Amino acid sequence: MPTVLRCHPGIGPTVEGTALVAQDNFSARYDLDRKKGVFSRPGHALAGQSYDGRILVFNDAKGGVATAWMLHEMKSRGIVPLALVFNRVNPILAQGAAFGNVTMVDRFDGDVTQMIRTGDRLRIDPAAGVVEILEREGQGA
Amino acid sequence: MRLNDEERAMLAGEAGEPRRWAIAHQIAVGEFFDAVDLVPVSQAHIMADTESLGEAGVGFLEGLTRAPEAQRRVRVPTLTDPRGLDFSVYKRLGQTDAMAALEARAIAALKAFGVLMTDTCINYQTILPPVRGEHLAMGDTGVVIYSNSVFGARSNFEGGPSALAAGLTGRSPRYGFHLDECRRATRRFRLEATPRELSEWGALGGIVGRACGSYWEVPLIDGIDAAPGSDALKHFGAALASHGSVALFHMPGITAGEAVPAGPGLATTRVGRAEIDAFVAGYAAPGDKVDVVVFAAPQLSLVEMAELADALSGRHVHPQTTLIVATSPEIKHAADRMGLTERIEATGAIVAAGICFYQSYAGELAGANGWQRLLTNSAKLVNIIGGYGYKPSLASLERCVEAAVAGRMR
Repeated sequence: MPTVLRCHPGIGPTVEGTALVAQDNFSARYDLDRKKGVFSRPGHALAGQSYDGRILVFNDAKGGVATAWMLHEMKSRGIVPLALVFNRVNPILAQGAAFGNVTMVDRFDGDVTQMIRTGDRLRIDPAAGVVEILEREGQGA
Repeated sequence: MRLNDEERAMLAGEAGEPRRWAIAHQIAVGEFFDAVDLVPVSQAHIMADTESLGEAGVGFLEGLTRAPEAQRRVRVPTLTDPRGLDFSVYKRLGQTDAMAALEARAIAALKAFGVLMTDTCINYQTILPPVRGEHLAMGDTGVVIYSNSVFGARSNFEGGPSALAAGLTGRSPRYGFHLDECRRATRRFRLEATPRELSEWGALGGIVGRACGSYWEVPLIDGIDAAPGSDALKHFGAALASHGSVALFHMPGITAGEAVPAGPGLATTRVGRAEIDAFVAGYAAPGDKVDVVVFAAPQLSLVEMAELADALSGRHVHPQTTLIVATSPEIKHAADRMGLTERIEATGAIVAAGICFYQSYAGELAGANGWQRLLTNSAKLVNIIGGYGYKPSLASLERCVEAAVAGRMR
């Protein structure tokens, strides 16, 4: 049986993919090289790593308003996270996910950056407010 | 969400495609935040620089403008945040004709909605300051935090698409800082040293912002012995919003809202001289060559322009260093009229209007000009610009000017 995590109903389509987790916060403008598809801010926990096609799991959103446009722009070029999972987001991430139709959920019972590990295979159903851990490295499901 | 007849008609497309898209977007965001309804807003403010929009975003705007004029005109005064480039200086800064062409398309599209091209992040100082209790849809974190805190207005961070939606519907989903329960103080900070200059007000904002680290935290700052000026609170708020994603602060006796604690016995954090100095020192790089000195983020007020003109008086910017000053079109016109622009540019500096540096293809500027070491008096800019490949340092206006003249940091 997969582990089932419940959250607030979210935004975007149901997706399946692989998690990339950091105990850090997120802004597309502050943290990313959006051409190369990598985290570029030197102090970021994921500096140098690719975000393309990954389910990013973070604590919170940070900083400015640009991410509201940027998820849509990133998706149009096909270099974009598959989904975003947070403990708690600010309005900008929610607006950006709604505008870009990028899957995003937040508000779990507990710290989602501890419950999900990098490499976990996840299924996210935003309408139902459910994240399933389908597979964990070395453990099956 | 509860909708009235007019809102249901918009959602059904009876008011045209732009308003149908707008209200559907607002309902998606509102439901995510458990908003019960929409609240009328009196102004909207759109962040729509072309670096963020990209071809995709500009194409989206152009698509909506194909609707008949009556269907696409905004319903409340809608302003713009700084743009991606200033057509009068973009070549000197190493920006490309392709960037200018995309910018021209974005401007044409925004004008087709009836948007007022103010191109500013200091509209609360220069265009139409909000009043207490006024519901707004402001699209720049520095504008939101200043409007909410200093004036007691009510706005969430509204990203570009959401601010445009608010302009088109005249509404915003009622959640977050539209509601009393989100405006209560959740953290207390006791200030034990008075910031001496704007860069230190920004540093204080950065310290409080890092400690809060969430949109849903509301800091209460006490221990301030005299009312800071508008520029001090501008730098403080912009840095607080940037470093912490914070949208409201209370300074009892100074800011407009009532500083109601969210619960009994808020934990208090003391902030003194040592903390402010440590924040600035965290970005220090003494002895380094300075590639670019930036006065922006937020755009400069007329008073800051005059101070800069005085500090630069009779001096010359080092030939290996670029000094950029960004202000709003209104202030640029005033500075032109008063001779300030001429005095600043006589030193070799560049005065740009309607941009704010980091929204102006900062990564491409670094590549085109070979810039890496950046010096600024903006605690907001040092937080943002690292992701674009710069190594930023923070210093007072006077020390920034000295470094621009010497070509290196002391």
